[in-house]
Amino acid sequence: MENENQQNYTIEFKHVTKTFGDHTVLDGLDFKIHEGKITTLLGFSGAGKSTILKHILGIYHPTDGEVRVLDTNLTDLSDKEVRQFRTSFGMSFQYSALFDSMTNFENVAFPLREFTKLTEQEITAKVLKLMEQTGLEEHAFKKLPSEISGGMRKRVGLARALALEPKIMLYDEPTTGLDPITTHMVDDLIRTTHQRNAHIPMTTVIISHDIAATLRISDYVAFLEKGRVVEHSSVEQFKKSKNPVIQKFIELSTH
Amino acid sequence: MSVNPVTAGFSSLGRVVLDVTPALGRITLYMVHSFLWFLRPPFRWRLFTKEIVFVGNKSLFIVALTASFSGMVFAFQIYSGFTAFSVDSFVGPIVAIAVTKELAPVFCGLVVAGRCGAAMAAQIGSMKVTEQVDALEVMGVNSIQYLAVPKIFATVVSMPMLAGIYMLIANVGSYVVGTKILGIDASQYFAKASDFMKLTMIAEGLIKAAVFGYIISIVGTYQGFAVRGGAEGVGKGTNLAVVWGMILVLVIDFFLTAVLTKIL
Repeated sequence: MENENQQNYTIEFKHVTKTFGDHTVLDGLDFKIHEGKITTLLGFSGAGKSTILKHILGIYHPTDGEVRVLDTNLTDLSDKEVRQFRTSFGMSFQYSALFDSMTNFENVAFPLREFTKLTEQEITAKVLKLMEQTGLEEHAFKKLPSEISGGMRKRVGLARALALEPKIMLYDEPTTGLDPITTHMVDDLIRTTHQRNAHIPMTTVIISHDIAATLRISDYVAFLEKGRVVEHSSVEQFKKSKNPVIQKFIELSTH
Repeated sequence: MSVNPVTAGFSSLGRVVLDVTPALGRITLYMVHSFLWFLRPPFRWRLFTKEIVFVGNKSLFIVALTASFSGMVFAFQIYSGFTAFSVDSFVGPIVAIAVTKELAPVFCGLVVAGRCGAAMAAQIGSMKVTEQVDALEVMGVNSIQYLAVPKIFATVVSMPMLAGIYMLIANVGSYVVGTKILGIDASQYFAKASDFMKLTMIAEGLIKAAVFGYIISIVGTYQGFAVRGGAEGVGKGTNLAVVWGMILVLVIDFFLTAVLTKIL
Protein backbone atom coordinates (compact mmCIF):
# COMPACT_ATOMS: atom_id res chain seq x y z
CA MET A 1 0.00 0.00 0.00
CA GLU A 2 1.40 3.40 -0.97
CA ASN A 3 1.76 6.16 1.53
CA GLU A 4 -0.69 8.73 0.13
CA ASN A 5 0.88 11.62 2.08
CA GLN A 6 4.12 11.31 0.14
CA GLN A 7 2.36 11.45 -3.23
CA ASN A 8 1.51 14.48 -5.35
CA TYR A 9 -1.64 14.30 -7.38
CA THR A 10 -2.49 16.30 -10.49
CA ILE A 11 -6.10 15.22 -10.80
CA GLU A 12 -8.53 14.31 -8.00
CA PHE A 13 -12.07 12.99 -8.27
CA LYS A 14 -13.90 13.39 -4.95
CA HIS A 15 -17.19 11.42 -4.71
CA VAL A 16 -18.05 12.39 -8.27
CA THR A 17 -21.44 11.40 -9.60
CA LYS A 18 -22.54 12.21 -13.12
CA THR A 19 -26.01 11.48 -14.36
CA PHE A 20 -27.66 12.08 -17.73
CA GLY A 21 -31.39 11.99 -17.08
CA ASP A 22 -32.03 8.69 -15.32
CA HIS A 23 -28.73 7.20 -16.43
CA THR A 24 -25.86 7.29 -13.93
CA VAL A 25 -22.49 7.20 -15.70
CA LEU A 26 -20.17 7.99 -12.79
CA ASP A 27 -21.32 6.70 -9.43
CA GLY A 28 -19.56 8.32 -6.46
CA LEU A 29 -16.17 8.11 -8.14
CA ASP A 30 -13.13 8.59 -5.91
CA PHE A 31 -9.63 8.45 -7.32
CA LYS A 32 -6.46 10.44 -7.80
CA ILE A 33 -3.97 10.59 -10.65
CA HIS A 34 -0.29 10.78 -9.74
CA GLU A 35 1.75 13.74 -10.86
CA GLY A 36 4.43 13.02 -13.44
CA LYS A 37 3.28 9.44 -14.05
CA ILE A 38 1.51 7.59 -16.83
CA THR A 39 -1.93 6.44 -15.72
CA THR A 40 -4.18 4.41 -17.98
CA LEU A 41 -7.94 4.22 -17.51
CA LEU A 42 -9.10 0.78 -18.58
CA GLY A 43 -12.58 -0.59 -18.77
CA PHE A 44 -15.34 -1.96 -20.92
CA SER A 45 -17.24 0.28 -23.34
CA GLY A 46 -19.71 2.46 -21.46
CA ALA A 47 -17.80 2.18 -18.17
CA GLY A 48 -17.41 5.97 -18.01
CA LYS A 49 -13.85 6.48 -19.31
CA SER A 50 -14.71 9.22 -21.81
CA THR A 51 -16.94 10.93 -19.23
CA ILE A 52 -13.96 11.08 -16.87
CA LEU A 53 -11.87 12.63 -19.63
CA LYS A 54 -14.52 15.28 -20.27
CA HIS A 55 -14.62 16.10 -16.55
CA ILE A 56 -10.85 16.54 -16.50
CA LEU A 57 -11.13 18.93 -19.45
CA GLY A 58 -13.97 20.88 -17.82
CA ILE A 59 -16.37 20.02 -20.66
CA TYR A 60 -18.65 18.21 -18.19
CA HIS A 61 -19.29 19.29 -14.63
CA PRO A 62 -20.16 16.70 -11.97
CA THR A 63 -23.78 16.32 -10.89
CA ASP A 64 -22.40 15.79 -7.41
CA GLY A 65 -18.88 15.84 -5.94
CA GLU A 66 -15.77 17.69 -7.02
CA VAL A 67 -13.09 17.40 -9.67
CA ARG A 68 -9.79 19.11 -8.91
CA VAL A 69 -7.21 19.51 -11.65
CA LEU A 70 -3.83 21.07 -10.84
CA ASP A 71 -5.35 22.09 -7.49
CA THR A 72 -8.21 23.95 -9.16
CA ASN A 73 -11.90 23.13 -8.90
CA LEU A 74 -13.01 23.54 -12.51
CA THR A 75 -16.61 24.19 -11.46
CA ASP A 76 -15.45 27.45 -9.84
CA LEU A 77 -14.01 28.81 -13.08
CA SER A 78 -15.82 31.01 -15.59
CA ASP A 79 -16.10 29.90 -19.21
CA LYS A 80 -13.22 32.21 -20.14
CA GLU A 81 -11.05 30.86 -17.29
CA VAL A 82 -11.80 27.25 -18.27
CA ARG A 83 -10.69 27.99 -21.84
CA GLN A 84 -7.49 29.56 -20.57
CA PHE A 85 -7.02 26.63 -18.19
CA ARG A 86 -7.27 24.18 -21.08
CA THR A 87 -3.95 25.42 -22.43
CA SER A 88 -2.45 23.33 -19.60
CA PHE A 89 -3.71 20.24 -21.43
CA GLY A 90 -2.50 18.48 -24.52
CA MET A 91 -4.88 16.03 -26.11
CA SER A 92 -4.21 13.31 -28.62
CA PHE A 93 -7.46 12.17 -30.23
CA GLN A 94 -8.44 8.68 -31.31
CA TYR A 95 -8.33 9.62 -35.00
CA SER A 96 -5.89 12.52 -34.52
CA ALA A 97 -8.57 15.21 -35.24
CA LEU A 98 -6.19 17.24 -37.38
CA PHE A 99 -7.71 20.25 -39.15
CA ASP A 100 -8.10 18.91 -42.66
CA SER A 101 -8.02 22.30 -44.35
CA MET A 102 -4.55 23.06 -42.95
CA THR A 103 -1.17 21.54 -43.76
CA ASN A 104 0.51 19.42 -41.10
CA PHE A 105 2.85 22.31 -40.35
CA GLU A 106 -0.07 24.71 -39.86
CA ASN A 107 -1.80 22.17 -37.60
CA VAL A 108 1.19 22.11 -35.26
CA ALA A 109 1.57 25.89 -35.46
CA PHE A 110 -2.13 26.46 -34.68
CA PRO A 111 -1.99 26.56 -30.83
CA LEU A 112 1.16 28.70 -30.96
CA ARG A 113 -0.56 31.25 -33.23
CA GLU A 114 -3.69 31.22 -31.06
CA PHE A 115 -2.17 31.43 -27.60
CA THR A 116 1.32 32.90 -27.84
CA LYS A 117 2.79 36.16 -29.05
CA LEU A 118 5.69 34.44 -30.79
CA THR A 119 6.84 35.82 -34.13
CA GLU A 120 6.37 33.70 -37.27
CA GLN A 121 10.10 32.95 -37.22
CA GLU A 122 9.95 31.70 -33.63
CA ILE A 123 6.83 29.66 -34.41
CA THR A 124 8.54 28.04 -37.39
CA ALA A 125 11.57 27.15 -35.26
CA LYS A 126 9.36 25.69 -32.52
CA VAL A 127 7.22 23.69 -34.96
CA LEU A 128 10.30 22.24 -36.64
CA LYS A 129 11.64 21.20 -33.24
CA LEU A 130 8.32 19.57 -32.29
CA MET A 131 8.11 17.76 -35.59
CA GLU A 132 11.64 16.49 -35.16
CA GLN A 133 10.86 15.32 -31.60
CA THR A 134 7.84 13.37 -32.78
CA GLY A 135 9.75 11.80 -35.66
CA LEU A 136 8.05 13.62 -38.52
CA GLU A 137 9.91 13.80 -41.77
CA GLU A 138 10.29 17.04 -43.67
CA HIS A 139 8.26 15.88 -46.68
CA ALA A 140 5.15 15.71 -44.45
CA PHE A 141 5.28 19.39 -43.44
CA LYS A 142 3.57 20.87 -46.48
CA LYS A 143 1.14 17.98 -46.99
CA LEU A 144 -2.46 17.89 -45.83
CA PRO A 145 -3.38 15.38 -43.10
CA SER A 146 -5.31 13.33 -45.68
CA GLU A 147 -2.08 12.82 -47.65
CA ILE A 148 -0.15 11.01 -44.90
CA SER A 149 -0.53 7.66 -43.13
CA GLY A 150 -2.46 7.05 -39.88
CA GLY A 151 0.78 6.66 -37.94
CA MET A 152 2.13 9.94 -39.28
CA ARG A 153 -1.14 11.66 -38.42
CA LYS A 154 -0.73 10.45 -34.83
CA ARG A 155 2.70 12.07 -34.76
CA VAL A 156 1.33 15.36 -36.11
CA GLY A 157 -1.51 15.25 -33.56
CA LEU A 158 1.00 14.64 -30.78
CA ALA A 159 3.27 17.46 -31.97
CA ARG A 160 0.24 19.81 -31.97
CA ALA A 161 -0.76 18.67 -28.49
CA LEU A 162 2.76 19.30 -27.18
CA ALA A 163 3.09 22.77 -28.70
CA LEU A 164 2.16 24.66 -25.51
CA GLU A 165 4.20 22.36 -23.24
CA PRO A 166 1.18 20.98 -21.39
CA LYS A 167 1.31 19.84 -17.77
CA ILE A 168 -1.25 17.14 -18.50
CA MET A 169 -1.19 15.03 -21.63
CA LEU A 170 -4.37 13.12 -22.46
CA TYR A 171 -4.61 10.29 -24.98
CA ASP A 172 -8.00 9.02 -26.13
CA GLU A 173 -7.68 5.45 -27.45
CA PRO A 174 -4.26 6.18 -28.98
CA THR A 175 -3.81 2.84 -30.75
CA THR A 176 -7.34 2.01 -31.86
CA GLY A 177 -7.47 0.92 -35.50
CA LEU A 178 -3.70 0.85 -35.98
CA ASP A 179 -1.63 -2.12 -37.18
CA PRO A 180 0.67 -3.85 -34.60
CA ILE A 181 3.84 -2.14 -35.81
CA THR A 182 2.27 1.32 -35.75
CA THR A 183 0.74 0.48 -32.34
CA HIS A 184 4.22 -0.20 -30.97
CA MET A 185 5.51 2.96 -32.56
CA VAL A 186 2.73 5.01 -30.90
CA ASP A 187 3.37 3.31 -27.54
CA ASP A 188 7.05 4.16 -27.76
CA LEU A 189 6.17 7.71 -28.76
CA ILE A 190 3.93 8.14 -25.70
CA ARG A 191 6.64 6.81 -23.40
CA THR A 192 9.41 8.88 -25.00
CA THR A 193 7.28 12.03 -24.96
CA HIS A 194 6.50 11.50 -21.31
CA GLN A 195 10.16 10.98 -20.40
CA ARG A 196 11.31 13.94 -22.48
CA ASN A 197 8.90 16.22 -20.62
CA ALA A 198 9.66 14.85 -17.15
CA HIS A 199 11.07 18.27 -16.18
CA ILE A 200 7.58 19.89 -16.39
CA PRO A 201 6.61 17.35 -14.81
CA MET A 202 4.11 16.02 -17.34
CA THR A 203 1.24 13.84 -16.14
CA THR A 204 -0.01 11.44 -18.81
CA VAL A 205 -3.52 10.00 -18.80
CA ILE A 206 -4.47 7.39 -21.37
CA ILE A 207 -7.89 5.99 -22.12
CA SER A 208 -7.56 2.58 -23.64
CA HIS A 209 -8.95 -0.87 -24.27
CA ASP A 210 -5.52 -2.16 -25.21
CA ILE A 211 -4.34 -4.15 -22.21
CA ALA A 212 -1.00 -5.18 -23.75
CA ALA A 213 -0.04 -1.58 -24.50
CA THR A 214 -1.29 -0.49 -21.08
CA LEU A 215 0.89 -2.97 -19.26
CA ARG A 216 3.87 -2.04 -21.42
CA ILE A 217 3.86 1.74 -21.03
CA SER A 218 1.86 2.69 -17.92
CA ASP A 219 3.02 3.39 -14.38
CA TYR A 220 -0.49 3.09 -12.93
CA VAL A 221 -3.72 1.50 -14.08
CA ALA A 222 -7.26 2.41 -13.02
CA PHE A 223 -9.93 -0.09 -13.95
CA LEU A 224 -13.48 1.21 -14.30
CA GLU A 225 -16.66 -0.75 -14.02
CA LYS A 226 -20.15 0.77 -14.01
CA GLY A 227 -18.94 4.28 -13.20
CA ARG A 228 -16.63 3.27 -10.34
CA VAL A 229 -12.90 2.60 -10.10
CA VAL A 230 -12.70 -1.00 -8.91
CA GLU A 231 -8.90 -1.19 -9.04
CA HIS A 232 -6.27 1.53 -9.06
CA SER A 233 -2.74 0.35 -8.63
CA SER A 234 0.71 0.12 -10.14
CA VAL A 235 1.05 -2.08 -13.22
CA GLU A 236 2.74 -4.84 -11.22
CA GLN A 237 -0.07 -4.93 -8.64
CA PHE A 238 -2.68 -4.70 -11.38
CA LYS A 239 -1.34 -7.83 -13.08
CA LYS A 240 -1.80 -9.71 -9.81
CA SER A 241 -5.30 -8.40 -9.18
CA LYS A 242 -7.71 -10.96 -7.75
CA ASN A 243 -10.72 -9.09 -9.15
CA PRO A 244 -12.49 -11.65 -11.42
CA VAL A 245 -13.62 -8.96 -13.89
CA ILE A 246 -10.05 -7.70 -14.31
CA GLN A 247 -8.74 -11.23 -14.67
CA LYS A 248 -11.37 -11.87 -17.33
CA PHE A 249 -10.48 -8.57 -19.08
CA ILE A 250 -6.77 -9.48 -19.12
CA GLU A 251 -7.53 -13.01 -20.24
CA LEU A 252 -9.81 -11.96 -23.10
CA SER A 253 -7.50 -9.18 -24.23
CA THR A 254 -4.35 -11.30 -24.35
CA HIS A 255 -5.87 -14.22 -26.27
CA MET B 1 -59.71 -0.52 -30.55
CA SER B 2 -60.69 2.53 -32.57
CA VAL B 3 -58.90 5.83 -31.99
CA ASN B 4 -60.95 8.99 -31.77
CA PRO B 5 -59.80 11.15 -34.74
CA VAL B 6 -60.03 14.33 -32.64
CA THR B 7 -57.80 12.83 -29.94
CA ALA B 8 -55.38 11.54 -32.59
CA GLY B 9 -55.28 14.99 -34.19
CA PHE B 10 -54.49 16.71 -30.88
CA SER B 11 -51.93 14.05 -30.09
CA SER B 12 -50.13 14.64 -33.42
CA LEU B 13 -50.26 18.39 -32.91
CA GLY B 14 -48.84 17.95 -29.40
CA ARG B 15 -45.97 15.85 -30.74
CA VAL B 16 -45.14 18.50 -33.35
CA VAL B 17 -45.15 21.23 -30.69
CA LEU B 18 -42.95 19.10 -28.42
CA ASP B 19 -40.48 18.55 -31.28
CA VAL B 20 -40.43 22.12 -32.52
CA THR B 21 -40.27 24.00 -29.20
CA PRO B 22 -36.87 22.68 -28.01
CA ALA B 23 -35.44 23.11 -31.53
CA LEU B 24 -36.57 26.75 -31.54
CA GLY B 25 -35.05 27.20 -28.09
CA ARG B 26 -31.75 25.71 -29.22
CA ILE B 27 -31.49 27.85 -32.34
CA THR B 28 -32.40 31.00 -30.39
CA LEU B 29 -29.70 30.19 -27.87
CA TYR B 30 -27.29 29.58 -30.73
CA MET B 31 -28.12 32.99 -32.21
CA VAL B 32 -27.46 34.66 -28.85
CA HIS B 33 -24.17 32.77 -28.39
CA SER B 34 -22.95 33.55 -31.89
CA PHE B 35 -23.76 37.25 -31.38
CA LEU B 36 -21.95 37.37 -28.03
CA TRP B 37 -18.91 35.61 -29.52
CA PHE B 38 -18.98 38.09 -32.40
CA LEU B 39 -18.50 40.89 -29.88
CA ARG B 40 -15.61 39.20 -28.08
CA PRO B 41 -12.02 39.43 -29.31
CA PRO B 42 -10.07 38.17 -31.13
CA PHE B 43 -11.67 39.22 -34.37
CA ARG B 44 -10.45 36.81 -37.02
CA TRP B 45 -9.90 39.02 -40.08
CA ARG B 46 -8.08 36.32 -42.04
CA LEU B 47 -10.99 33.88 -41.68
CA PHE B 48 -13.50 36.65 -42.41
CA THR B 49 -11.68 37.53 -45.65
CA LYS B 50 -11.56 33.87 -46.65
CA GLU B 51 -15.32 33.57 -46.11
CA ILE B 52 -16.03 36.81 -48.01
CA VAL B 53 -14.18 35.32 -50.97
CA PHE B 54 -16.15 32.08 -50.67
CA VAL B 55 -19.62 33.57 -50.14
CA GLY B 56 -19.28 36.74 -52.18
CA ASN B 57 -16.66 36.35 -54.87
CA LYS B 58 -17.33 32.71 -55.69
CA SER B 59 -21.11 33.23 -55.87
CA LEU B 60 -20.67 36.08 -58.31
CA PHE B 61 -20.83 34.03 -61.49
CA ILE B 62 -24.03 32.15 -60.60
CA VAL B 63 -25.63 35.36 -59.29
CA ALA B 64 -24.71 37.23 -62.48
CA LEU B 65 -26.06 34.40 -64.63
CA THR B 66 -29.33 34.24 -62.66
CA ALA B 67 -29.64 38.03 -62.73
CA SER B 68 -29.08 38.44 -66.47
CA PHE B 69 -31.57 35.74 -67.46
CA SER B 70 -34.21 36.63 -64.90
CA GLY B 71 -34.02 40.30 -65.99
CA MET B 72 -34.34 39.37 -69.64
CA VAL B 73 -37.17 36.87 -69.09
CA PHE B 74 -39.00 39.33 -66.85
CA ALA B 75 -38.83 42.00 -69.57
CA PHE B 76 -40.38 39.58 -72.06
CA GLN B 77 -43.17 38.53 -69.67
CA ILE B 78 -44.08 42.04 -68.57
CA TYR B 79 -43.99 43.28 -72.16
CA SER B 80 -46.33 40.54 -73.42
CA GLY B 81 -48.88 41.42 -70.75
CA PHE B 82 -48.51 45.22 -70.96
CA THR B 83 -48.77 45.55 -74.78
CA ALA B 84 -52.39 44.33 -74.47
CA PHE B 85 -53.13 47.58 -72.60
CA SER B 86 -50.67 49.69 -74.64
CA VAL B 87 -48.55 50.45 -71.55
CA ASP B 88 -45.36 48.75 -72.76
CA SER B 89 -43.33 51.81 -71.74
CA PHE B 90 -43.87 50.70 -68.14
CA VAL B 91 -41.71 47.60 -68.63
CA GLY B 92 -38.65 49.50 -67.38
CA PRO B 93 -40.04 50.69 -64.03
CA ILE B 94 -41.94 47.47 -63.31
CA VAL B 95 -38.85 45.33 -63.88
CA ALA B 96 -36.68 47.76 -61.93
CA ILE B 97 -39.02 47.80 -58.93
CA ALA B 98 -39.59 44.03 -58.92
CA VAL B 99 -35.90 43.27 -59.30
CA THR B 100 -34.77 45.79 -56.69
CA LYS B 101 -37.35 45.07 -54.02
CA GLU B 102 -37.92 41.34 -54.49
CA LEU B 103 -36.03 39.37 -57.11
CA ALA B 104 -32.51 40.49 -56.18
CA PRO B 105 -32.63 39.66 -52.46
CA VAL B 106 -34.77 36.52 -52.84
CA PHE B 107 -32.84 35.00 -55.78
CA CYS B 108 -29.50 35.84 -54.14
CA GLY B 109 -30.86 34.26 -50.94
CA LEU B 110 -31.83 31.07 -52.74
CA VAL B 111 -28.50 30.88 -54.59
CA VAL B 112 -26.45 31.51 -51.43
CA ALA B 113 -28.59 29.08 -49.37
CA GLY B 114 -28.00 26.36 -51.97
CA ARG B 115 -24.34 27.08 -52.50
CA CYS B 116 -22.98 28.40 -49.21
CA GLY B 117 -25.52 27.29 -46.57
CA ALA B 118 -24.94 23.71 -47.69
CA ALA B 119 -21.16 24.14 -47.68
CA MET B 120 -21.21 25.65 -44.17
CA ALA B 121 -23.22 22.74 -42.79
CA ALA B 122 -21.03 20.20 -44.60
CA GLN B 123 -17.76 21.75 -43.44
CA ILE B 124 -18.71 22.15 -39.78
CA GLY B 125 -20.58 18.82 -39.78
CA SER B 126 -17.62 16.86 -41.10
CA MET B 127 -15.34 18.64 -38.61
CA LYS B 128 -17.79 17.64 -35.87
CA VAL B 129 -17.83 13.93 -36.75
CA THR B 130 -14.04 13.78 -37.10
CA GLU B 131 -13.54 15.42 -33.66
CA GLN B 132 -11.98 18.58 -35.15
CA VAL B 133 -14.58 20.71 -33.35
CA ASP B 134 -13.71 18.90 -30.09
CA ALA B 135 -10.02 19.55 -30.80
CA LEU B 136 -10.71 23.29 -31.03
CA GLU B 137 -12.67 23.28 -27.77
CA VAL B 138 -10.05 21.22 -25.94
CA MET B 139 -7.40 23.70 -27.05
CA GLY B 140 -9.49 26.47 -25.48
CA VAL B 141 -10.73 27.91 -28.78
CA ASN B 142 -14.48 28.52 -28.94
CA SER B 143 -15.75 26.65 -31.98
CA ILE B 144 -18.66 29.05 -32.58
CA GLN B 145 -16.32 32.03 -32.61
CA TYR B 146 -13.73 30.32 -34.78
CA LEU B 147 -15.96 28.50 -37.25
CA ALA B 148 -19.36 30.20 -37.30
CA VAL B 149 -18.83 33.92 -36.56
CA PRO B 150 -16.61 34.64 -39.62
CA LYS B 151 -19.10 32.79 -41.86
CA ILE B 152 -22.12 34.65 -40.44
CA PHE B 153 -20.46 38.05 -40.64
CA ALA B 154 -19.13 37.40 -44.15
CA THR B 155 -22.56 36.29 -45.40
CA VAL B 156 -24.30 39.32 -43.89
CA VAL B 157 -21.75 41.60 -45.58
CA SER B 158 -21.65 39.71 -48.91
CA MET B 159 -25.37 39.34 -49.51
CA PRO B 160 -26.20 43.06 -49.99
CA MET B 161 -23.20 43.34 -52.35
CA LEU B 162 -24.44 40.35 -54.36
CA ALA B 163 -27.97 41.77 -54.36
CA GLY B 164 -26.63 45.15 -55.59
CA ILE B 165 -24.80 43.43 -58.44
CA TYR B 166 -27.92 41.39 -59.20
CA MET B 167 -30.01 44.59 -59.40
CA LEU B 168 -27.56 46.13 -61.84
CA ILE B 169 -27.19 43.11 -64.13
CA ALA B 170 -30.91 42.22 -64.15
CA ASN B 171 -31.82 45.80 -65.08
CA VAL B 172 -29.20 45.87 -67.84
CA GLY B 173 -30.59 42.53 -69.15
CA SER B 174 -34.12 43.89 -69.09
CA TYR B 175 -33.00 47.12 -70.82
CA VAL B 176 -31.21 45.21 -73.58
CA VAL B 177 -34.22 42.96 -74.23
CA GLY B 178 -36.70 45.83 -73.89
CA THR B 179 -34.94 48.27 -76.20
CA LYS B 180 -33.04 46.05 -78.65
CA ILE B 181 -35.47 43.14 -79.08
CA LEU B 182 -38.89 44.41 -78.06
CA GLY B 183 -38.42 47.86 -79.54
CA ILE B 184 -39.21 50.05 -76.51
CA ASP B 185 -37.78 53.52 -76.87
CA ALA B 186 -34.55 53.75 -74.84
CA SER B 187 -35.10 57.29 -73.56
CA GLN B 188 -38.67 56.45 -72.51
CA TYR B 189 -37.41 53.28 -70.77
CA PHE B 190 -34.97 55.31 -68.67
CA ALA B 191 -37.35 58.20 -68.04
CA LYS B 192 -40.16 55.98 -66.74
CA ALA B 193 -37.78 53.84 -64.68
CA SER B 194 -36.23 56.87 -62.98
CA ASP B 195 -39.68 58.36 -62.36
CA PHE B 196 -40.83 55.37 -60.37
CA MET B 197 -37.64 54.17 -58.72
CA LYS B 198 -36.77 55.51 -55.28
CA LEU B 199 -33.66 55.10 -53.15
CA THR B 200 -35.78 53.53 -50.40
CA MET B 201 -36.54 50.64 -52.79
CA ILE B 202 -32.83 49.95 -53.16
CA ALA B 203 -32.49 50.20 -49.38
CA GLU B 204 -35.35 47.71 -48.96
CA GLY B 205 -33.66 45.21 -51.29
CA LEU B 206 -30.29 45.57 -49.57
CA ILE B 207 -31.75 45.28 -46.05
CA LYS B 208 -33.63 42.14 -47.08
CA ALA B 209 -30.44 40.69 -48.55
CA ALA B 210 -28.52 41.30 -45.31
CA VAL B 211 -31.29 39.68 -43.22
CA PHE B 212 -31.41 36.67 -45.57
CA GLY B 213 -27.63 36.41 -45.29
CA TYR B 214 -27.93 36.26 -41.52
CA ILE B 215 -30.69 33.62 -41.63
CA ILE B 216 -28.90 31.42 -44.20
CA SER B 217 -25.60 31.47 -42.33
CA ILE B 218 -27.24 30.88 -38.94
CA VAL B 219 -29.16 27.87 -40.32
CA GLY B 220 -26.12 26.54 -42.20
CA THR B 221 -23.70 26.76 -39.27
CA TYR B 222 -26.30 25.58 -36.73
CA GLN B 223 -27.08 22.48 -38.81
CA GLY B 224 -23.33 21.82 -39.02
CA PHE B 225 -22.93 21.86 -35.24
CA ALA B 226 -26.10 19.77 -34.85
CA VAL B 227 -24.70 16.91 -36.96
CA ARG B 228 -24.73 13.52 -35.25
CA GLY B 229 -23.24 10.26 -36.46
CA GLY B 230 -21.00 9.92 -39.49
CA ALA B 231 -21.28 10.68 -43.18
CA GLU B 232 -25.03 10.09 -43.15
CA GLY B 233 -25.43 12.73 -40.44
CA VAL B 234 -23.37 15.22 -42.47
CA GLY B 235 -25.58 14.57 -45.53
CA LYS B 236 -28.71 15.05 -43.47
CA GLY B 237 -27.40 18.28 -41.91
CA THR B 238 -26.44 19.65 -45.32
CA ASN B 239 -29.87 18.82 -46.71
CA LEU B 240 -31.61 20.47 -43.76
CA ALA B 241 -29.45 23.58 -44.13
CA VAL B 242 -30.49 24.03 -47.77
CA VAL B 243 -34.18 23.20 -47.25
CA TRP B 244 -34.62 25.37 -44.16
CA GLY B 245 -32.46 28.15 -45.57
CA MET B 246 -34.66 28.39 -48.66
CA ILE B 247 -37.95 28.04 -46.77
CA LEU B 248 -36.96 30.73 -44.28
CA VAL B 249 -35.85 33.12 -47.05
CA LEU B 250 -39.29 32.86 -48.63
CA VAL B 251 -41.28 33.03 -45.38
CA ILE B 252 -39.26 35.84 -43.82
CA ASP B 253 -39.45 37.76 -47.11
CA PHE B 254 -43.21 38.03 -46.63
CA PHE B 255 -43.01 39.43 -43.10
CA LEU B 256 -40.02 41.64 -43.91
CA THR B 257 -41.86 43.12 -46.89
CA ALA B 258 -44.86 43.88 -44.67
CA VAL B 259 -42.64 45.65 -42.14
CA LEU B 260 -40.29 47.46 -44.54
CA THR B 261 -43.05 48.86 -46.75
CA LYS B 262 -44.48 50.51 -43.64
CA ILE B 263 -41.14 51.83 -42.36
CA LEU B 264 -39.48 52.97 -45.60
